[in-house]
Amino acid sequence: METNTQRLLHTFAALADLGQEIADNADFEEMLRASFHLLLGSLAIRRGAVAEYDRERGQLRIVAMRGLTESGQTELPLAHDHARRLASMGSALSFEDATNEAERFLDDHKVFFGSVEIELLVPLVVRERLIGVVLLGEKASGEKFGGDNLEIICSLARHIAVGIHSHHLLEEVERKADENRRLYDGLRTIYKETVHAFAAAIDIKDRYTNGHSVRVGKYSEIIAREMGWNDEEVEGITIAGYLHDIGKLIVDLSVINSPERFNAKESKEMSRHPAAGYEILARINHPYAEIPLMARYHHERIDGNGYPDGLKGDQIPPGAKIVTVADSFDAMTTDRPYRKRLPLADVFVDFRENTGTQFAPEVICAFCRAFLREIEGTSKEKRLMKLLGRNYKNVEVVGPLLSQLISDLDGGAMAATATTH
Amino acid sequence: METTESESVRSRRVGDTAVIYAGDYLNKLSGERVERECKRQLESGCRALVISFRDTELVNSIGVSILMGVIDAAQQSGARLIFSDVDDHTANLFEMLGLTRHVTVVTDEEEALASLAPQTRVTEPRAVATGS
Repeated sequence: METNTQRLLHTFAALADLGQEIADNADFEEMLRASFHLLLGSLAIRRGAVAEYDRERGQLRIVAMRGLTESGQTELPLAHDHARRLASMGSALSFEDATNEAERFLDDHKVFFGSVEIELLVPLVVRERLIGVVLLGEKASGEKFGGDNLEIICSLARHIAVGIHSHHLLEEVERKADENRRLYDGLRTIYKETVHAFAAAIDIKDRYTNGHSVRVGKYSEIIAREMGWNDEEVEGITIAGYLHDIGKLIVDLSVINSPERFNAKESKEMSRHPAAGYEILARINHPYAEIPLMARYHHERIDGNGYPDGLKGDQIPPGAKIVTVADSFDAMTTDRPYRKRLPLADVFVDFRENTGTQFAPEVICAFCRAFLREIEGTSKEKRLMKLLGRNYKNVEVVGPLLSQLISDLDGGAMAATATTH
Repeated sequence: METTESESVRSRRVGDTAVIYAGDYLNKLSGERVERECKRQLESGCRALVISFRDTELVNSIGVSILMGVIDAAQQSGARLIFSDVDDHTANLFEMLGLTRHVTVVTDEEEALASLAPQTRVTEPRAVATGS
């Protein structure tokens, strides 16, 4: 094969291998080392180095090197103005007919290079910014670098520059992504803390139902998890529970804290709170889209006799059905000014009587299952027991009632009733 | 330690000379193994290295660069370096790139060992596989 043809083939193969290294090698430093070897091997250059430029620290960091120095030094200072001038040169600078920039570079690093002869300095430039440099010593052939050699070197160097630049861009993207993740986590924390603060504000307004919003949130969470909702959905329903009564903030304090059952006028005033809650919550861009609807519909009933919109059955969002059960359970198990809390058995009898009319059967069933597991000890946590507090003892007496209710609901008897309404 | 063929480079010691067998394709992976083995042999006191290219069909740019590293290492150790069994294509490449100015290229391993005869006392004629 003719020498020139073989030389061309060898160079093309180096260029192809370089492209593959840059595209495929996930290890940046390994990619640079391989690229450096390809550059040296393409023209059999005996010594050299490739360094990336750290703009912030104003220095070159040598990533791969052969035969340049024994000093072990891997960092070379490079002033910003010098870096700018090198970037503006753009092509290989020969020390043979030394340019000012090349001479200055050698002068600045006399100790590093010692007696080693450097023949070429190739600035690695992308978008007019210095990315790094390639330093090259003599060829094995002893010949000087010719014009075609410089073309090959500059072409390979451009690929290496793009490889370094791409790596830096990727690092920047990853850094920004990390920063965004941290900001997002921070915002979520603020959001949750704000929700808790609102829940506390709602409960403070109603002195008879202290802690109600937080408990409804927790009951809703337990029910949703029992129904197989995923973590994100469970988090959403928990927050919906915390905020379901936020509309009470616009209800007159004297109505909320009335020591007696509401009269017609007070009932009307009180019944404004779901729609008002929706109006308040709809203005907020929640991570969980259905929260305003859960607040609006937590007094709807399966039979359509609820308020504010009189929705029926599946017209009511599943989340609202859960909050309804959680809200009613807490209302029945806490003291009110006009009545004492109900015995637990009475609560579940109420559930049984109103499943399919007021309550969704699948929600009651899930709640009973979760409760029964705590009673039977098959659930590690006793979250429901803790929420009920010391006021309820011997809760295991409702076990048979729960079993029967679950059996009826699973059997579909009550579910069938629900669909007829 | 037992090593598999793919993870090792074959070599044998003939007196003060080490014969290292380059694989069929001298690229980054196989080149680094050859380089490591050469350096290991030099550190263990070898005075001459023979790299046999009898199985080598292709040497890429990284392979060339690594061979230059071996040339430097041999020169720094004051050891002789000989390439043997180089096919025409690779021989032309070495000639074109100027490697032959720094290394002797001979026809085969026998000629290489013969040219090193004064230095070569056959003390360990067995072939060994060495880990990378």
